[in-house]
Order: sequence, then C-alpha cells, then structure tokens
Amino acid sequence: MIRSLLAGVALVALTSTAQAEEELNALVWCDHADTGLLEPFESANNVKVNVREYEGTGVALALLEQSQPGDWDVFVIDGIDVGRVVDRGLLAELPRDQLPIDDIFPAVRMEEQNGRDGKLYAMTEKFGYNTIAYNKDKVDVADMTDAGTLFSDKYAGRMAIYDYYLPVMGMVQIAKGGKTADMTAADVEAMQPDLFKMKENSAGVLGVVAAQTALATGEVDIVVGGGEWLTAVLSEDKPELDWVIPEAGAVRWTQSIGVFADSEKQDLALKFVQYILSPEGQARLATSSCYWAMPANAAAGSVLSDEQKAALRWDQQNDYLANTQLYPAPDEELDLEMQDAWAEMLQH
Amino acid sequence: MNPAAAGRTSTGWGLVLPAGLWLAAFFAAPMALMLAVSLWSREKGQLVQSWDLDNYHRFFEKSYFLQGLINSLEITAAVTLISILLAYPLAWIIAERVPKRFQRLALILAILPFWTSYVVRSYSWLLVLGKAGVVNQFLLGLGLIAEPLDVAGTRGATIIGFVHFFVMLLTLTIYANLVQLPPNYRRAAADLGASRFQTFRHVILPLTLPGIMVGAFLTFVLCIGDYITPQILGGNNELVLPQVIMLQIGRRADFPMAAAIALILMAVVTLAYLATARWLRLERA
Repeated sequence: MIRSLLAGVALVALTSTAQAEEELNALVWCDHADTGLLEPFESANNVKVNVREYEGTGVALALLEQSQPGDWDVFVIDGIDVGRVVDRGLLAELPRDQLPIDDIFPAVRMEEQNGRDGKLYAMTEKFGYNTIAYNKDKVDVADMTDAGTLFSDKYAGRMAIYDYYLPVMGMVQIAKGGKTADMTAADVEAMQPDLFKMKENSAGVLGVVAAQTALATGEVDIVVGGGEWLTAVLSEDKPELDWVIPEAGAVRWTQSIGVFADSEKQDLALKFVQYILSPEGQARLATSSCYWAMPANAAAGSVLSDEQKAALRWDQQNDYLANTQLYPAPDEELDLEMQDAWAEMLQH
Repeated sequence: MNPAAAGRTSTGWGLVLPAGLWLAAFFAAPMALMLAVSLWSREKGQLVQSWDLDNYHRFFEKSYFLQGLINSLEITAAVTLISILLAYPLAWIIAERVPKRFQRLALILAILPFWTSYVVRSYSWLLVLGKAGVVNQFLLGLGLIAEPLDVAGTRGATIIGFVHFFVMLLTLTIYANLVQLPPNYRRAAADLGASRFQTFRHVILPLTLPGIMVGAFLTFVLCIGDYITPQILGGNNELVLPQVIMLQIGRRADFPMAAAIALILMAVVTLAYLATARWLRLERA
C-alpha cells in the first residue's frame, strides 16, 4: 500500500515537472549541442532546449521543408545565408534595443547580411576562418602560408578536405587571386581542375568531426578548410595542431542566430538569443565542445581565461580579419553549379 | 456458385485483405508517390509539378550520377563474390566438420558481430584499418612495410566493412541449405565412382545454389542500398548511389531528383531479383 502511494506521488511529481518544463527547439551547428552551454539557460528558465545539429545551409533548408510551421524556434545559420532565409520569410524581426549590438566586433556585425530594409533578423554570434589547419610536427610550416600547397603533390595522401563546398571553393578562388564575392559560373568551371588536383592529393573529404578526428589521430597532417574551429578545442591535449592564414588570404565564416517567424515561443526564443549573445553565453559558445571559435561579442573577453583567449588568438584578430574574405554568396543557379562541381570532385 | 464455394471465396478475400491493405498503404502508395515526385522539379527553392522526365535525363547527363551507379555496382559485385567465397567454406565447416552438438554454438559465434550496432561496427573498422590502426601497427611491427598503408578511406575499406557483415548473412543461408542435404546423396555419388571434388562440383554445389542465391540476392540488395558503410569507411572519396541520393536531399532539398535516382536504384534491384528468381526456378525444376 505504502509502496503504491509512493509510486503514485513520484508519478505525480514527475508529471508536474514535465508539465512545468517548456521546450525550445533549435536548429543549430554542433557547437550549440554542448550541455555546458545549454544547461545554465535551461536551469534559469526551466526549459528544455532540444537541438538538431546540421552542417550546411542546404541541409537545414531540407529539414525545414520536412517540418511543420512552428516546429522550430531558434535558427543558427551561416551569416552569409541569412538573406536567403529572410527572403523566404523564415525569420522574425529582432528587437534592436534588446540586443547587445554595440558590443559586437564591428567587423562581424554584418548588418547588410543580418538585416533587410533596416530591420534586423539575425545577430552574428561566432566567427572564424576556413583556412589551413595542420600538425606542425609533421609539415614544413612555411609551406602552410603558401596557398600553392593546396595543389602541390608534396603532401599527397596526407591532406584531408573539409566537406563543405562554399568555404573550400572560396579558398580556391582566393588562392587563384579572385574575390569570393565576385565568384561566377566561369570561375567555378575554371577551378574544376584545381579541385580535382586537391582531391587526388587528399586522403578524404570529411565533415567537422571526421576532419578533427583525422587530424588528431594522425590520419592526415593537413586539413584544407580547417582553422581554429578544428584545432583550438584540442589545444591542451594536442599543442602540435595549428592553423594559419596563407599570405594570399583565406575565407572567413560567421554564424548568425535568429528566431523563426512561425515559432509559437517568440519570447522564450528571444531569451535564448539574448543568452547566447551575453558575455557568459558567448564565452561558453566560443569554447563549446564541438568546436571553438571567436565570440562575436567583444565583452566575452572578460569571461574567457587568458589561455582560452590565446588558443583563440584573441589579439591577432585584426590581422586575420584584414586578410580574409566572407564565404561566397551564390544565387541559386550558381549554388547548383558549385554543388555539381563539388560532386564531380567527390567522384573524381 | 454454390453457397459453400461462395463462402470459401469470401473467407479467402477476407484473409488476403489485411495483407493487401498493408501492401497498398506501405508499398504501392509510397511507390506511386515517389514515381510522381520523380516527375516534378525543384525551381527557386520550391517543388514544381512539372510532370516531365528532366530528372531522368539529368541522371544520364551528369557524370557523377552515372559514376555513382557504376561505383555501386562494382562494389556490390565485389562484396557479393568475396562474401560467397568466404561464407561457403565457413558454412561447410560448420555443417560438416563441427560436431552436431556444437553447431548451434558455432553459428552463434559466426553471427556474433550482428549483435553490435552497424554504425559502431563500421567505426570500429575505421580504427582497425587506419594509419595508426591494428593492421598497420602489426605490419609495421613485423617490418613488412616501412610506411603505414592507406586502407581507411578507400574502396577497399568499404568492401572489407561490407564483407564482414555479409559473410555472416551468407553463412546462415548456405548453412541452412547444406544441413538439409541427405547424406545419401554423397554416398551414392561415391558409390558411382565420383571423387570428392566431383561430388561437390556435380551434386553438392548445384543443390546448395538456392541457399547461395538467396544470400547473394539479400547481399546485393542490402549492399547496393547502403549509405553508412561507404560514408564512414570510404572517406567520401567516391560516392555510391545512396550517397548521391543523400546529397540531393541533404544539400539541395531536391526531393524530385532524389526520387528519380531512388527509382533507378530500385530498377537495378528489380533486375537483380528477376535474374535471381528465374535462375532459382530453373534450378528447382
């Protein structure tokens, strides 16, 4: 009898807890899946944040097409692609006065990408570089600053390529002296032999985790398209892993965060955005378990440790920003051309 | 029709109805939908009901689609052949050489790897075949190689991962066939002067072909439709057709193209089935 009563009480307690706890569904890159990042927000707001990880905007859009309106509340997306989703009416306008816009590094505020017609739809939350990551014990470091290394045979079989066509094709464009913003179908066609050459020299074309694992385990010594997001998280255990921006330059990536227009939890979703953009949230996001990278909010510097800032190369960002270009931002037609070229490379 | 016959007919339809409804709901309707979607297109981020064959034309125009099919067929053929060559002796040993009381245990041991997750098993092979993996360390330790071999991230790794899985499957189907053969057949062949090899070649092998073909067909179907093993072990260095389908869905949200490729893949599987089914029927006759 007592056992039954206790079981009943426990059930009621569990049910009431479950009822009190709201849920927030976020479509994110893997860095947002870190419990160390989510837990403080969940505790403070008695909410469960369900995250669905993806890689590449195309994947996210495919997921959204398979979803019902209102399924998702928060969206983390490549900064360069915010316009695409705003044009589809997917994002809600954000209240400027409730966000720390002035604390964001000016170089990554990207109001033209994050907004439309003076309205703000997303905020840059994190940024970094797609460049060359390497094991400095295994390669000639001087070679890494030369973009020609991408196409040289010297490290054949010891390179991996990050499996995301936008940054890597952007790197090839820069290595060839072009600008990512000016990329055309002719450029894409012209770079096909270069992509084939890179593929011939590579041991694999790998996603975020696979590329990180390959570099950490010594399967490869170089990751084309890698950067601090690949090596900084391993800085304590694998100090031999490093990254550099070649003299010709590299690609800069940014992530933005926004709220879905058809989310039924607009206030809670905005709270989450505010948390992610707060100095504490930014420090946790910058050093989250999947990959580290620079926080967009300069105020996070007061929360990060000196070691963490050193791993992120906090003090060298001005030089890096000056020598990097944003991802290519193709229209749909060029995007398909780029994806075809990438698939041809994978099959080469 | 007399009332008894009519009753039997209606009972028959009643018994068939649940299976018929099941097939209609979960096979025929989805297939029809997939066929319809394959005739649509994706334009400016939207699905358009264009009702044309453009996706099928595109499949044969773009070399990476066709190469995906070729890669799939080559890998599947190699896996099926190698798996048969390895599984047959294993099934033979279990059926003929292992004492009856230990056969069940031997079978359990043979299929033990089935008990682990397919994904985990593929990643385990990655660790085994990697540059710092067991195979390379062993060969380096023996001094047989000076540099680690590049096995992980190759077609070879994909085939090894598949063969490990499908040898178990084929062992089961061939073993089931072998244990059903009456020992008198072998004795009769010996009495008639056949050598052991002749007995195997002309008696045992033809009688176990149904088991081989059932296993081979299952291997073919499962292998050609698999996405995980080539993705993990192949290092994305070449794409098989399921990976090409995933690219259409994952990166482009191009469901019409994915549906067209999936139907082409299904046509290949159907051809394999027809070839196998006809062959099996002839053997049974």
